[in-house]
Amino acid sequence: MSALSVQNLSKTYANGLTALTGVDLEVEAGDFFALLGPNGAGKSTLIGIVTSLVRKSSGRVQIFGHDLDDEPEAARASIGVVPQEFNFNLFLPVIEVVLNQAGYFGVPRREARDRAELLLRKLDLWERRHTEMRLLSGGMKRRLMIARALIHRPRLVILDEPTAGVDIEIRHAMWGFMREINAEGTTIILTTHYLEEAESLCRHLAIIDQGRIQARSDIATLLGELHTETFVLNLKAPAEALPPLPGFVLEPIDASTLEVQVSREQTINGLFEALSRHGIEVTSLRNKQNRLEKLFLDRVEARREAAA
Amino acid sequence: MSQPAEQQATLGAANRWRRYGIAFATLVNKEVTRFSRIWVQTLLPSAITTTLYFVIFGRLIGDRIGPMEGLAYIDFIVPGLVLMAVITNAYSNVVSSFYSSKFSRYIEELLVSPVPNWVILAGYVAGGVARGLTVGIVVIVVAAFFTEFRLHDLSVTLLILLLTAMLFALGGFINAVYANSFDDISIVPTFVLAPLTYLGGVFYSIDLLPQPWQTLSLANPILYMINAFRYGLLGVTDIPLGIAFLITSAFILALGYYSLSLLRRGVGIKQ
Repeated sequence: MSALSVQNLSKTYANGLTALTGVDLEVEAGDFFALLGPNGAGKSTLIGIVTSLVRKSSGRVQIFGHDLDDEPEAARASIGVVPQEFNFNLFLPVIEVVLNQAGYFGVPRREARDRAELLLRKLDLWERRHTEMRLLSGGMKRRLMIARALIHRPRLVILDEPTAGVDIEIRHAMWGFMREINAEGTTIILTTHYLEEAESLCRHLAIIDQGRIQARSDIATLLGELHTETFVLNLKAPAEALPPLPGFVLEPIDASTLEVQVSREQTINGLFEALSRHGIEVTSLRNKQNRLEKLFLDRVEARREAAA
Repeated sequence: MSQPAEQQATLGAANRWRRYGIAFATLVNKEVTRFSRIWVQTLLPSAITTTLYFVIFGRLIGDRIGPMEGLAYIDFIVPGLVLMAVITNAYSNVVSSFYSSKFSRYIEELLVSPVPNWVILAGYVAGGVARGLTVGIVVIVVAAFFTEFRLHDLSVTLLILLLTAMLFALGGFINAVYANSFDDISIVPTFVLAPLTYLGGVFYSIDLLPQPWQTLSLANPILYMINAFRYGLLGVTDIPLGIAFLITSAFILALGYYSLSLLRRGVGIKQ
């Protein structure tokens, strides 16, 4: 069953800007789905329409089979949304923000209190429950937006840049939490500019650019399309001259650091063997660029060149 | 944490009207908490203003003006001052609350939820009515220090109070929908509401006005509300009660319908 089904969705704003053109998208129930795209690609408009914050020009949106036009209440009841920008009443205490949201979704107050305690404890906000929103740090506000989005136990959660501006420790804690709710059956749609986040968390993705879906695939298949990967190697001792290694493209960064391009036909083992034969020992290696990031940039670049 | 099966059961079990009731109660609670928390800004000013009115117009000037429609002048102005406070506060509660929710974007909390438009409107209007009536009671208490409280007809008094507060809460809502800045939410109260209220018979009977001002005054809807309320408290009115209720109800229906159409079209709140 589709958690989200978008058919031929278009949006032209009052100022004439066309943000979406005939977008089709299916997200299966239970999936952890990444929606990627450069700034201005149409991600926020798409999410805005799905969450009823933006009016569509044409097309259909269904959430768990409920059409947003014909059954708006049932459709909206299934969604929880974590927006990109803070949208709180800054003078309300944390607990009120969550309880009010529960009330809007018809959750009785007593039940809402129990759920709020569970969520706020889980997200490490319970001790701040009586603190006014304006006094929270950015990371706390982000976590509160997640608590608010989950208080009515939605089947589909849309996370729009949920970890933007959040420190690494909190980001990893949030990743763990997202994995947990996905494992419990909640479908998650994630937009993010941290592509390692998408690669680490998501099973499927769509790339949107210039208001159209440019690619939609499972992440493993998409990464399989990479023809080359570039690694940065740290050498045990400075290499005075780089030997020719057939099949690999080597480029020195400095005396002890080497950049190597490895094609899909080659292996890392083969690279190490070749380097060892020339007496070069490697102490560590890392990807020069996140794999999904490279793929994403290649796709967007190719599309733009084709358009030009 | 999130359990779809349980969540579905919860949604299925809670019937639609129960969910509407919970959402409505949440909105009203939010609004009442808001104006109660900032009572110095919301409840106190009307008490101070009306105290000044009673001192100046009631005590200092009133004795020189003499009786109005057979009543001491200070008694005559009580209903108008109470209703003026109700009108101002019902209006300003909704206009400031709804505009703030637009400005800070927490209106999105409601827009993404399954709350129907009429419940959103009813919640905000109820919040405005609650503040209007609370301030109305405060002003009546203040009035009791200056004159003897009188009640001619309880049902007329309560009904016209409620309808007036509803009407101006709706007006505040429409103002908030169209407002693009905080300046915009003070234009209507300053340039429309205040003149209409002062010219609506708060301080005088329209029988005192020469023509054509007496006839022109009949085009002012606030005149009908003040007179109906004056009848409820004191038993005197310039206007037939039926017409007052008819006009007030007609305005409520028209503004309510218009407010719902604004919400349905997402004017000012959806792109």
